[in-house]
Amino acid sequence: MSDLTLMLIKIAYLAVLWLFVIFAVGVIRTDLIGSPAKSKRRPRPSPSGQDGGAPRRPAAPKAPRGRRNEPRTLVVTKGPLAGNSLPLGPHPILIGRANDATLVINDDYASGRHARIYSENGRWFVEDLGSTNGTYMGQQRLTRPQPISVGQPIRIGKTVLELRK
Amino acid sequence: MSTATNSQALPPVKRRNAELAMTLAAIGATMFALIEIGLTRNGQMPPQLFLYGGVFGGLAILSHVFIRFFAPWSDPLLLPLATLLNGLGIAMLWRLDQGGIDRAGPMSQLLLTAVSMALFAAIIFFLKEPRTLQRYPYMIGLGAVVLLLMPLIPGIGMTVNGARQWVNLGFTTLQPSEFAKIALVIFLSGYMVSKRDVLSLAGKQIKAGRFTILNLPRMRDMAPMAAMWGFCIIVLVILMNDLGTSLLLFGTFLAMIYVATHRSSWIVIGLTAFFGACAVLYPFVSHFKVRMVTWLDAFSPEVYCTDDVINNSPDAFCNVSGNSQQLVRGIFALAEGGVTGSGFGGGDVGYIIEVQNDFIFAAFAEELGLTGIMVMLLALVLMVERGMRIALASKELFIKMFASGISFLIGFQTFVVIGGVTRVIPMTGATIPFVAKGGSALLSSWIMLALLMRMSNNARKPAPQAIQDEGATQVIQR
Repeated sequence: MSDLTLMLIKIAYLAVLWLFVIFAVGVIRTDLIGSPAKSKRRPRPSPSGQDGGAPRRPAAPKAPRGRRNEPRTLVVTKGPLAGNSLPLGPHPILIGRANDATLVINDDYASGRHARIYSENGRWFVEDLGSTNGTYMGQQRLTRPQPISVGQPIRIGKTVLELRK
Repeated sequence: MSTATNSQALPPVKRRNAELAMTLAAIGATMFALIEIGLTRNGQMPPQLFLYGGVFGGLAILSHVFIRFFAPWSDPLLLPLATLLNGLGIAMLWRLDQGGIDRAGPMSQLLLTAVSMALFAAIIFFLKEPRTLQRYPYMIGLGAVVLLLMPLIPGIGMTVNGARQWVNLGFTTLQPSEFAKIALVIFLSGYMVSKRDVLSLAGKQIKAGRFTILNLPRMRDMAPMAAMWGFCIIVLVILMNDLGTSLLLFGTFLAMIYVATHRSSWIVIGLTAFFGACAVLYPFVSHFKVRMVTWLDAFSPEVYCTDDVINNSPDAFCNVSGNSQQLVRGIFALAEGGVTGSGFGGGDVGYIIEVQNDFIFAAFAEELGLTGIMVMLLALVLMVERGMRIALASKELFIKMFASGISFLIGFQTFVVIGGVTRVIPMTGATIPFVAKGGSALLSSWIMLALLMRMSNNARKPAPQAIQDEGATQVIQR
């Protein structure tokens, strides 16, 4: 075995090791932002519009957009989940402690299925689902579905939510 | 998938094929290593290539198939990374065996890998919900203490290289501290979840003007810290001379209390107490002093033990207490390796003392160079990163604590070993996860991997769909 061959084998081996690392990072990359080629071929069924789990903007939004005061996200401003946000889709958002809620809030004063935020004819509404401690807009406890606008705080237990553009 | 922390959640895709491809690549890298060693050392293809490569590869693929059936949503990267590290370890041990180091024992390492993978599969199969471990935190904590104290029992305790950390069970020897650290993480996760609020909220602030410097906890909340500190210092350092385990356990404790409380004062208090105790003990505990001197003055002839010193000055440090030859030879190996190394099998690593255990890193550095050991470190970093992501993606506090504790343990253990070999911190005697020779270490690494896989499977699995859209009855488990 000549020295040159051995050196080439050595370099090749190091290259193989690095290829492994690069592939590994590639696996994480598609984990993070999704594989664009794959999602075109086989669109994943995403019941709530945010199933990719990735910060990937949907190519064709189902809800008509473009109106100036159209809210885009639901942001938690106070409480244990402060700082989290949810993109608004065509589907209603269920808020509560139950595991199947869209927004699971870990708040002692929230009920399992506490409130629902949904859109109808381009407007967003919040509806209390018969919670124990109530859903508040300002000082007023909700008794029926109320339209909400951007920036209006909704309080559930210790958690405060608002819609943002 | 319905979670509020949407931006942090792992996507609900299985990616088992990516795992298969990566596992095959890791097996390929192991086979390539064996071929390179054979060609470099003997100029021919190694005759045992299919024995080692085939058995190891078969085991790894079996594990993959097992995961495909029993934990299909788990993280796709953990198994390939572990396979690569384990494979590199076996290849290096085989190379050391070829180089005339009898204690390398690649065949026993291969058998232990098989046992470890079987245990890995058993844990994934039987531990469907890791949160059930939350039910018995104090029992598990007691178990950790018993395991740590086992080497002190006369009759079965054994002292190897000055550290009393082995037990002889007759048919095999074990290092119970390797398992105790996992039990400790489980105990701490359960404990922190129940005591989190009091540990993080109660206390007073020390202010300088408007700025808060420290948020001091109450004295009575210091009890767990004091217990942990006392145990690490008194039992592990003084009685058992097991600095590595002591540092590892106390570091993990500090990391977990920080994760649970977000309070940096715990770290300040803990580190002050730990290093303060070390400074106070320094003059009294002789082995402690040896470690420090061989670390600080490693290159002085009096500490290294040149022939001249051995023959002419009987009072020199190395003739009385101990020498730094292991550390210095390791550093020479690092220097010899340079950027690309001497090629797998082409180096002269046999002269490093205990090269199959703590110093396997130095052997890799000499033969693969900086380029190669960066891959090894990146593989470990990626493993820790995946573990931390599992903690982020999980919903339950206990699982968050558990996953972050285990990932920190893997990362910190790597730091303690490699820091020791590269002379960043004093040598303590721990092993690189998955790579180094040693049954207990390998078993505990695979146990940790199994726990992480199970937790990632449960975190990434999409929530079961409700049977009816409205109504009170929901499917919780399926």
